[in-house]
Amino acid sequence: MRITKLNVGYMPLVDAAPYIIAQEMGFAAAEGLELDLIRAPSWSGLRDMLAFGRVDAAHMLSAVPVAMAMGVGGIPGRIIAPAVTSVNGNVIGVSQPLYARMQEQGTNLDFADAASIGHGLMRAAGETLRIGVPFPFSMHAELLYYWLSSLGYAAPQGIAIKTVPPPLMADALAADEIDAFCVGEPWGSIAVERGYGSLILPVSAIWSFAPEKVLAVREEWANSEMELLSRLTRALWQAGRWLSDPGNLLAASEALAQKQYLQTPSEVIERALSGRLIVDQSGTSRQVQNFLEFHAGAANFPWRSQGSWIAQQLAARLGLDRKQAMTAGRSVFRSDLYRTAMQRTGADLPGASEKVEGGIDARQPAASEGGTLYLEPNMFFDRIVFDPGPHS
Amino acid sequence: MPSEATRLSIVLVEPNKDRAIQIIDSLQDAGSYDIHVIAESTGLARAVVAHNPDVVLVDLANPSRDVIEELSLASGPMDRPVAMFVDTSDDTMTKAAIEAGVSAYVVDGLRADRIKPIMDAAITRFNMFKRMRTELETTKKALEERKIIDRAKGVLMKARGIDEEAAYQLLRRTAMDQNKKVVDVASALVTAAGLLS
Repeated sequence: MRITKLNVGYMPLVDAAPYIIAQEMGFAAAEGLELDLIRAPSWSGLRDMLAFGRVDAAHMLSAVPVAMAMGVGGIPGRIIAPAVTSVNGNVIGVSQPLYARMQEQGTNLDFADAASIGHGLMRAAGETLRIGVPFPFSMHAELLYYWLSSLGYAAPQGIAIKTVPPPLMADALAADEIDAFCVGEPWGSIAVERGYGSLILPVSAIWSFAPEKVLAVREEWANSEMELLSRLTRALWQAGRWLSDPGNLLAASEALAQKQYLQTPSEVIERALSGRLIVDQSGTSRQVQNFLEFHAGAANFPWRSQGSWIAQQLAARLGLDRKQAMTAGRSVFRSDLYRTAMQRTGADLPGASEKVEGGIDARQPAASEGGTLYLEPNMFFDRIVFDPGPHS
Repeated sequence: MPSEATRLSIVLVEPNKDRAIQIIDSLQDAGSYDIHVIAESTGLARAVVAHNPDVVLVDLANPSRDVIEELSLASGPMDRPVAMFVDTSDDTMTKAAIEAGVSAYVVDGLRADRIKPIMDAAITRFNMFKRMRTELETTKKALEERKIIDRAKGVLMKARGIDEEAAYQLLRRTAMDQNKKVVDVASALVTAAGLLS
């Protein structure tokens, strides 16, 4: 097979693993691809690189293509998500003074109960709570709004959620610019390592199966390069499957740790990949189920309903028409392109492209083409079920 | 909306003082502007809002760009909505800006012909920075390689009692035999020597 070179942009985060592993472990080469991995300085920078053709594909926040389709993403253009490349993986942390207050007030810091930890956080925070997130359109921001408003704290009015670049998150805590953060790994663990913060909750405790990063491409590129896109999708799927094998944990951590990628100690990266996090200065360690998922439960399938969920959240807080937003949101999660790419690969595909989000509290079988597909737990902490409704 | 008579105010987000001065010089050559430089990433959002600029220029490689992006959203705290400068009628300029590594946020309603000289000056200057950076990196790399080869030569001279020229020839021959670069052989030797000592 002729080797085709693709420019792929990514942010140096643990959940860029499928892109890095696809190249490093030969899954891209097996599809006749060579990925030229370009490290991006910021999400807006990466989005522009993609929109203006500097890269062909990008590791992207799942909310960015949805926001763009809704016309609130800053720049025009159609960016689509033909695959989800990671589920969950972000973590909420607080400053040391705030953590100490939560401890004094007797909050049960079990790293699991989103409701009691949320109430504990608001009680300890007092008048103001400033929370840093990496980007205005992100699962980080949406899940914070969802969590705090579901608990009865007016959001976004009562709480300041502001953008802080992840590498500056620990400094922003230390400089009292923010009281808390929600960030992807390794940045939460780095805040703990540097002694500026403690972790209180993984976002998977708010929504246990949240689409976090997507493979993003220009729609016109997908239309003209369907074959290349399919090859890239398959290489990423293979990489995700490889990453889900615990036997590959060490090799994966070391591959990501390299200078040209994350440039972070492999021991810190391993925490996110294994779901075993060190959460505070006394070295308390917590094991989190499905902390960061690359493969299980059809993790890569871009469900139309995931796009709808993100869109209706954005619409609610920006005061836009909900129905219109949901139509735009579901249109960028391209399950049709994923099916085309994955047919005849042995990957079992779900029968439906849309589902009710939430309401699955244990691993369960799903209607699929091969009859072997299981879905992982998919629950919102408040047990609310999101029904995307009928679509023509 | 700024009137045609008023001078445009530009905020430049640039932590490097020398670069900032050079960009200011280029912009002053292009027209008469009020230019403020913000070097600190802490409190960036507040500082930008305080200046209430018509145009914000920021290095594409600066991670703090996402902070400016947030300000540019309609729901942001800025009084006047600022959009990333994307004039759909002039795609080439946006592409050139991205290629050069500069991004501009421009207040809503500002006419394209008033922005163009600013963008042209910024793009030219940033392209020069980019060229200089590439040259600097090449020089730095060459220097580092020299250092490693010198150390490897030292290891060989000591271990085998040969002179510098013979040590270099040995490195070069080994590299050729193994189809590797001299610096790679030298680096392996230095690492091995470190382990054995």
